[in-house]
Amino acid sequence: MTFSVSECSTFVSNVVFLGFLVGIPIYGFLKGVKVYESFVEGAKEGFQVAVRIIPYLVAILLVVGMVRASGTLDIVSRHVPQSLREIGLSPEILSLILLRPLSGAASLGILGDIVTKSGADSYEARLGSVILGSTETTLYVIAVYFGAVSITRVRYALHAGLIADAAGAIAAILLCLVFFR
Amino acid sequence: MLNAIWLLLMVGSALVAIFTGHVKDLVLSVTESANAAFKLALGLTGILALWLGIMRIAQDSGLVKRVTSLITPVMRWLFHKVPEQHPSHAAMAMNIAANMFGLNNAATPLGIKAMEELDTLNPRKGVATDAMCMFLAVNTSSVQLIPVNAIALLAAGGSSDPTAVVLPAILATIVSTIAGIASAKLLGKCRRFSLK
Repeated sequence: MTFSVSECSTFVSNVVFLGFLVGIPIYGFLKGVKVYESFVEGAKEGFQVAVRIIPYLVAILLVVGMVRASGTLDIVSRHVPQSLREIGLSPEILSLILLRPLSGAASLGILGDIVTKSGADSYEARLGSVILGSTETTLYVIAVYFGAVSITRVRYALHAGLIADAAGAIAAILLCLVFFR
Repeated sequence: MLNAIWLLLMVGSALVAIFTGHVKDLVLSVTESANAAFKLALGLTGILALWLGIMRIAQDSGLVKRVTSLITPVMRWLFHKVPEQHPSHAAMAMNIAANMFGLNNAATPLGIKAMEELDTLNPRKGVATDAMCMFLAVNTSSVQLIPVNAIALLAAGGSSDPTAVVLPAILATIVSTIAGIASAKLLGKCRRFSLK
């Protein structure tokens, strides 16, 4: 029997998941914690936290939706210079990079388009996958995490997050030139 | 900063939409986004309750303290203003571990828990501390080792070798995480962002 890397990684992820979920209550039980009561006590906070992040999410998703609907990304990515296209930065890849900090679902949708149009073994599809793997939905994370503790002055967290995204995208472009060209 | 970006994105989008004839889409998107945000937050309630409950057991059993003392050396360097053995350390470590394995459902509640712990050390409520910015930088730099979603898309699209992207993705992720940590360390020293 052989296992592919993706099957293996799914398996390891699930084991870690169960390790957290089941392992922690077992440890608690062995230490004499009333696990059910303790769980319920902690879980009570769930709803308050969810309600607390609503205004932050509305603010962020509002502008994300407006940027997407306005067609700004199309305009920007249509004007990619030839030199950048040659290293793989097609209009689709550029909109993937620009949309990634704003929306996880939308950037995954773009990768889906690329896979359908150019083929799953194309250079573009591979580059898009590496970019998706090395960047994060920065604005969403900031809205949820800071929203949960009612923080509005985020100082340099946004800068650092966007710099990391840019570094990840640039590294992905260079690494794909090495690996897949 | 967020004030300026927020307004700029809004006004910019409105202007572009007027010039490109997307005004109707833009107007529709506004109500859609507001609804989506509400649904997203409410959709988080269940998993938030689940993982906050599990974290409470970890706390009551002393597991949080044990994990915390194991990872003290790394945490002391990354979050030098957070006192040693602080409960936020364990929550942050578990959040980062969950992120590495792509367990988004577990990572978000653990990250929120970590932020709440960090906020107990915050002298100015409503303003992010250095430790919070560093934690966000690590988080938003993507620490996920295997891009599971992308691999699934490639496999579904009939790729002959969908996992070819794993190695370059891990390397690019390392680059982005180093960039995130380094920029948070450097920006934290900038006078522009000082709290005084």
